[in-house]
Amino acid sequence: MSTEEIRAALAEIVNEVAGIPAENVQLDKSFADDLDVDSLSMVEVVVEAEEKFGVTIPDDEVKNLKTVGDAVAYIERNAS
Amino acid sequence: MTTLTVGTGSANAALLGVGAYRPSALVPNDDLVEAIDSSDEWIQQRSGIRTRRFAGPEETVVSMSVAAAREALEHAGIAATQVDAVVVATVSHLVQTPSAATAIAHALGADHPAAFDISAACAGFCHGIALANDMVRGGSARHVLVIGVEKLSDITDPTDRGTAFIFADGAGAVVVGQSGHPGIGPVVWGSDGEHYDHIRTPDLRDLVAAGDLRLPCLSMKGSEVFRWASYAMAKVAQQAVDRAGITVDDLDCFIPHQANNRITDAMARAIRLPASVRIARDIVDAGNTSAASVPLALHRMIEDGDARSGDIALLIAFGAGLSYAAQVVTVP
Repeated sequence: MSTEEIRAALAEIVNEVAGIPAENVQLDKSFADDLDVDSLSMVEVVVEAEEKFGVTIPDDEVKNLKTVGDAVAYIERNAS
Repeated sequence: MTTLTVGTGSANAALLGVGAYRPSALVPNDDLVEAIDSSDEWIQQRSGIRTRRFAGPEETVVSMSVAAAREALEHAGIAATQVDAVVVATVSHLVQTPSAATAIAHALGADHPAAFDISAACAGFCHGIALANDMVRGGSARHVLVIGVEKLSDITDPTDRGTAFIFADGAGAVVVGQSGHPGIGPVVWGSDGEHYDHIRTPDLRDLVAAGDLRLPCLSMKGSEVFRWASYAMAKVAQQAVDRAGITVDDLDCFIPHQANNRITDAMARAIRLPASVRIARDIVDAGNTSAASVPLALHRMIEDGDARSGDIALLIAFGAGLSYAAQVVTVP
């Protein structure tokens, strides 16, 4: 998957979990500060992303995923 | 060779009656927000909780249990003297020994029943139902009183943003006894001690060594617990349904431990619960009462007409340990 494909698929998940319009979910956006995704919604996003992209995102890693770009980069590095 | 006689029980057991005790003091979010620099809106959005009840000095683990148990016995049509065992699930009976159960049994006027507490935290009540089911079916008791009770306000730090708005007080009780029909499905239970520290109180010896004489308060790793409860527990809920030989389409009620409305929502989505299944939402004005939450929620649903006698209900409870238990039951 390309970076843009991962971003778009992740945007869909964020939309489903937190009701954020998918077009707002851009690489430079912070989940907490720009998109208002709280820590519990973030957990839901992470679990859905694990399933969708076939990656494992441990609890300790979640706090490092501050922006959409962080999450996309993590998925690119770790997707099987 | 000498052969021992073994006990024989009833082929089936069921819940025969339910009772509840809710402490008199209603505590809205606004009473708690200052100490945790929060807001009513944030708490509701975060957990679904609007108000909860805190027990006063006269409302003890024992007194709340006795009140809930009396109602359960009356609902079941059973006298206290017919109770063969009292099983109490709690983490807030702040006496190391003896158990709360013996005091409760005595206060009820029961006739020297077996009485003991179980320590399985928020999962304790569903552990108690599993034990009671096996005790009745195995012949070691005819009627078992299972009580979930907590006075978590004693062991909650009002300045801890992660727990202060969550935990609350109350008691719920059921009578489990012989039945002509299978009223309690097989339990699916277990533990994950790798995460022993996710929800816990401190070691008392450490507090004393540090000269800290406050009561030991609960701490919780919220995000980690949320993930485990929402997703790992959904699989356990599904297994309990499978083992009862039914599907989620056969359920009338879903009564999970009232930990957080968002955990309930995530679990309901994960097991694809049909929209027709009525979901317990007692947390909204009861908070998270740990071991008491499932029987309190069941009691509320019966009172509100959301659970009717004979309905099929999925119970699941999970918490510190981490420990969990789930079973399908028929509503008394």
